[in-house]
Amino acid sequence: MRLLISAMILSVKNVTKQYATHRALDNVSLEVPQGSIYGLLGPNGAGKTSLIRIINQITAPDEGEVLFMGEKLRQKHIGMIGYLPEERGLYKKMEVGEQALYLAQLKGMSRQEAVLRLREWFEIFELKGWWRKKVEELSKGMQQKVQFIITVLHEPKLLILDEPFTGFDPINANLIKDELLKLREKGTTIILSTHRMESVEELCSHIALINRSQKILDGAVRDIRRNFKSAKYEIEYKGNAIAFANGLWTGYELLSHEPHGELMKAVVKMGEGSSTNDLLASLIANVEVHSFRELIPGMNDIFISLVKESNEQQPVAEL
Amino acid sequence: MNTISLIIKREYLTRVRKKSFIIMTILGPILMASLFIVPVLMARYDENEVSKIQVIDESGLFKGKLQNSESLVFEMDTMSLAVAKTIFNPERHTAILYIPGNVINNTGALMLFSAKQPNINLVTSIERTIQKEIESMKLQAQGINQETLEQIKTKVNVNTRTLTEQGEEETSAGLTTIVGMLGGVLIYMFIFLYGAQVMRGVIEEKTNRIVEVIISSVKPFQLMMGKIIGIALVGLTQFLLWIVLTFSIATVVSNLFIDPNQMREQMMNRQSPLGTPLPVEAEDGSVSSSENSEISEIFNSVNSINFPLLLGAFLFYFLGGYLLYGALFAAIGAAVDGESDTQQFMLPITIPLILSFIVAQSILQNPESKVGFWFSMIPFTSPVVMMVRIPFGVAPWELALSMFFLVAGFVVTTWLAAKIYRTGILMYGKKVSWKELGKWLFYRE
Repeated sequence: MRLLISAMILSVKNVTKQYATHRALDNVSLEVPQGSIYGLLGPNGAGKTSLIRIINQITAPDEGEVLFMGEKLRQKHIGMIGYLPEERGLYKKMEVGEQALYLAQLKGMSRQEAVLRLREWFEIFELKGWWRKKVEELSKGMQQKVQFIITVLHEPKLLILDEPFTGFDPINANLIKDELLKLREKGTTIILSTHRMESVEELCSHIALINRSQKILDGAVRDIRRNFKSAKYEIEYKGNAIAFANGLWTGYELLSHEPHGELMKAVVKMGEGSSTNDLLASLIANVEVHSFRELIPGMNDIFISLVKESNEQQPVAEL
Repeated sequence: MNTISLIIKREYLTRVRKKSFIIMTILGPILMASLFIVPVLMARYDENEVSKIQVIDESGLFKGKLQNSESLVFEMDTMSLAVAKTIFNPERHTAILYIPGNVINNTGALMLFSAKQPNINLVTSIERTIQKEIESMKLQAQGINQETLEQIKTKVNVNTRTLTEQGEEETSAGLTTIVGMLGGVLIYMFIFLYGAQVMRGVIEEKTNRIVEVIISSVKPFQLMMGKIIGIALVGLTQFLLWIVLTFSIATVVSNLFIDPNQMREQMMNRQSPLGTPLPVEAEDGSVSSSENSEISEIFNSVNSINFPLLLGAFLFYFLGGYLLYGALFAAIGAAVDGESDTQQFMLPITIPLILSFIVAQSILQNPESKVGFWFSMIPFTSPVVMMVRIPFGVAPWELALSMFFLVAGFVVTTWLAAKIYRTGILMYGKKVSWKELGKWLFYRE
């Protein structure tokens, strides 16, 4: 298991980026495993875009280094990276097909190859009749589709998407999601910068959380959630509330208790050394249990609690 | 290398295919050609209109003396002024010219009666005709005849020569002025027109938000240079098309509308001050040679101008000046959020350009001035100023130094502009001050 994950496509090592008045990145390190979908999370202005621009070689770090497939990041890697920025657009007066060809050629593709692949993608995204139309004639959703196609057209090894789902309706957002999963199956590594925690839970295998220029958490989503487990359980039952409370041992703590339709709903925190089976056994004797599930914290809760916590620890991050 | 040529290609093709480019390409020469054609046409229409003047000559001195011309016909009449005024018919005569008996001593008594206010040309040509007659009458009264007078008349024309190491060179102050100024004006126009296009192109990319996608594939410097070079080629294409089209339109039109016989006639009329055509070719006397000398002088000095040098220098300063300013225009485009914010940054670019134009005019008066020398060294003004100076003759070392400074200036401004550009294109929604721009210069990549 360890051996498989150790193949890193991207290693960011102690990167610091200083602008005149503020430090955008402060000694940030992260490891992006090959074939993962890596969520880059953080509040607005945390430094995500600065980091992404460094990975794309739009700017260079002041300190630290970035390794791509084990090599120091260089000009020749540009063709292996695909980037969909948050602030994205197209030349409005240019024809869709011509524009896509131009941007593909800038990434180093030959014209013939780009034409072939574009035809396939236009088919998938139902854009076939739009090749010769000007971009300004397209709806915003369609423009977003074109931008996505341009980003993935050269089959990059690493795909960096900054807020890819904004501007899409749910149907098209799903279309993009499916394409991302297909790309991952083909071996593409994807870095996803987003605020939408539901897409993180759905797609990401790994995340890094950046707040106020510093990385405060990273790792596999599964591990993180396990670490943040709080041993809370939600129980729905039918029967007497007093009988339910009596059934709890001293090892359990009743956090909330309220009627829920015909049933009662209770949240119980389990103490050290207790097992779920013991709890269930004592409850079944007193009430009729309808459901029993462990409350696993969502990424959203983890995100909010961690950001709050780190803000309290270092109230002013300005220099 | 390959990517920058892709960028140049796109910048060039999208602009050349635009409707506005095609319209301007066609309209430009038509406007320019009309500058030559309209005066010719106007002259033709004027000729067709003949003014008939009824002359009441109380002095009796002018009978058969007043020369008719193509546009002016005099009809002598013996009736009294009072009668003529009552029966005056504007359909038959344009005006009545009254010449009183004592006209020689009292020219102020001459009167012209007409239904409408006569035009100024008509009045001056009548005045000139009468004046000439009275002068010749007075001369004859003094015992000088017409022939003696023609011999006395002298036209002086100083031929200018400059002394150079190669010997004497024939020059023409008039032509050098025209050639120099034309070169300066063209460069000035080109910098403004196409520099502004560079700026608009950068603003377009920034407001479209496409710029971040592009600079994840190419270096910002490549994008900037690609744009500047692409637009330079658009400008060169347009100028080339203008020159070709202007010449072809001018040739076609002059063949269609202007009859060569008529041209010759007009030339003859101009050469003979008395309205009697002088047989120029047959005459070997002093009269016609002085008339011809001005034309031959111009032709000689055309040969004296060093055209290969002028053309080479024009191309160099044309491109050098554009590249220098083009980079600055690109930096402005990158620093602002929209075209409406450009004003405060445009001023420092506009001032040296306008200044160079003012200096250029003073150089026409005195090509060797100290001011002219220094402004033709400063890269911001040298493209216009040096262009104006070159036809007057500039020492090779001055030219070389000026060119060197221009290249150096171009390298430095482009380097600075690239720094502002690189930071500016990714900066949205921020009102940028001069201080802020200064900081950007010191950002590391």
